[in-house]
Amino acid sequence: MTTPTSGSGQESDRATTSTKDERVASVSLTNRLIVRPEIGAALGALVVFLFFSVITEQFLTLSGVATWLDDASTLGIMAIAVALLMIGGEFDLSAGVMTASTALVTALLATQAGLNVWLALLLSLVFALAVGGFNGWLVMRTGLPSFIVTLGTFLALQGLNLGVTRLVTGTVQVSGMRATEGYESAGMLFASTFSIGGQPFRVSVLWWILLTVIAAFVLVKTRFGNWIFAVGGAPTSARAVGVPLVRTKILLFMTTAFAGWVVGSINILRFASVQANQGIGLELQFIIAAVVGGCLLTGGFGSAVGAAIGALIFGMARQGIVYAQWNSDWFMLFLGIMLLSAVLVNNALRRRAERVRR
Amino acid sequence: MSTPLIEVRNIGKTYGNVIALRDVSTEVRAGEVTCVLGDNGAGKSTLIKILAGVHQHDQGEFLFEGKPVRFSSPREALDAGIATVYQDLAVVPLMSVWRNFFLGAEPKKFGFMLDGRKGRETTKRALAEMGIDLRDVEQPVGTLSGGERQCVAIARAVHFGAKVLILDEPTAALGVKQAGVVLRYVAQARDRGLGVVLITHNPHHAYPVGDRFLLLKRGAPLGNYTKAEITLAELTRQMAGGAELEALEHELRGVQTS
Repeated sequence: MTTPTSGSGQESDRATTSTKDERVASVSLTNRLIVRPEIGAALGALVVFLFFSVITEQFLTLSGVATWLDDASTLGIMAIAVALLMIGGEFDLSAGVMTASTALVTALLATQAGLNVWLALLLSLVFALAVGGFNGWLVMRTGLPSFIVTLGTFLALQGLNLGVTRLVTGTVQVSGMRATEGYESAGMLFASTFSIGGQPFRVSVLWWILLTVIAAFVLVKTRFGNWIFAVGGAPTSARAVGVPLVRTKILLFMTTAFAGWVVGSINILRFASVQANQGIGLELQFIIAAVVGGCLLTGGFGSAVGAAIGALIFGMARQGIVYAQWNSDWFMLFLGIMLLSAVLVNNALRRRAERVRR
Repeated sequence: MSTPLIEVRNIGKTYGNVIALRDVSTEVRAGEVTCVLGDNGAGKSTLIKILAGVHQHDQGEFLFEGKPVRFSSPREALDAGIATVYQDLAVVPLMSVWRNFFLGAEPKKFGFMLDGRKGRETTKRALAEMGIDLRDVEQPVGTLSGGERQCVAIARAVHFGAKVLILDEPTAALGVKQAGVVLRYVAQARDRGLGVVLITHNPHHAYPVGDRFLLLKRGAPLGNYTKAEITLAELTRQMAGGAELEALEHELRGVQTS
């Protein structure tokens, strides 16, 4: 008898249990729950939430909730887009600096060129989509890892941000947004607050929730979502059955750039000024949130809701540590442990999903 | 006798100055299995790549339903009704069975939404018609055995109206029992009126289901037989010699005892 793969214990077990129904019955409930990518993140979020609710006083107050939700919101908007891209099998290291680039484009056009803020936002969006499209096109065209290609655009954008800003304003920041035309009305959309129980909440929280719902819907309920899983899970198989691989991946890069534009717009309209070196280092946080939320680094598996929960854990832990009056150094330790445990859990899940290979 | 679905006459293909395939003739008929046998480098994959539209032939004739054709892409061949199931590329392991089944041809509702209920029900029915009994079509394909994955891919090709099914080494990476399961579904597809091209290097897998055997060696035909013209022993003898024969005998014992 030929055994082509060195079978694990499970495999040989399967070979001996010959009847089909026995096997199917043993799958069912546990597998179905564990197979959900967001389960680990949801449990983690619950633990973090309970922990800080118990040990600090402000964490569970309305103002506390508003603070950590706000912290999580802009991170979450990026994390869900990055999650979609990662499920599609690619990375975008330029995502963090993109939040600064879009804010700078908007601010420069509004303050220096005197454009209406709405028009500046529109042009900034075009810029973002162009960069995203370029990332995707280059990755597909060259076949190089997106890690390298977007590392290139990351560095290029970082240089452009600083260079152009210094060239135009003579400093490394752009301010003076408050005086521009359309600042108030655009601010309503991106930087206003709404009140619950007398406590103002940032509108970015609504953007976060809205985009999470849209992303989750697209991923699970549309054919484009099906294609995202396919191009990330097995690109050659996907192409063999007629999935438009190139188009799907380019659109995913553009989605990430779009999310960068949303966050950039929120930032510039809230703070009315932007530093040219903003956003650097955030790209890894987005990836961490997506991974904690159940995305596999290898693609083909993950969840938008999970990424949103991953961002929530981030926000809760970062603000919780402040409320607990610990040194913020501990946050990095927490982050490291969280990431490692998430990757370990994910790995175990994938092995389970791909278990019987013969 | 009716027109064969596929007929190739003295077909040939060169890559630069390398002759990958020459003077190969055979046919594929509805409800029959044509086996292509040969060792590595014999030209099996060149032949199926021509049939599947990945490469184009540069000598001879390729007739599909009696008309000369030259497919410029796999998509074109697929649209004509020639579906190819590659050994490693059949499915996306982390996706559920029904999502795999409909990948690239998803059932829609309201123009953009995925019709999950229809997808699940159709998948279950299509698999059941092929005699594949899966209770849960939501499980990732990766949880299925290699044989079952091939079967899902075969059922998909049958469901989406393929006339010709090309199977590239479907049993190569499988154990004896699993290979038997796959061969049963090959026979199923044949009985449903498809023309099947089965590529393999194992005569013991080919002989039980095959109606016609094309043997290739170093890019040239070694023989083209109908089942009546050749015995399993003769097929094996032509396929192998010396040390290879020993290995095959070993495998033969495995088939008999299972």
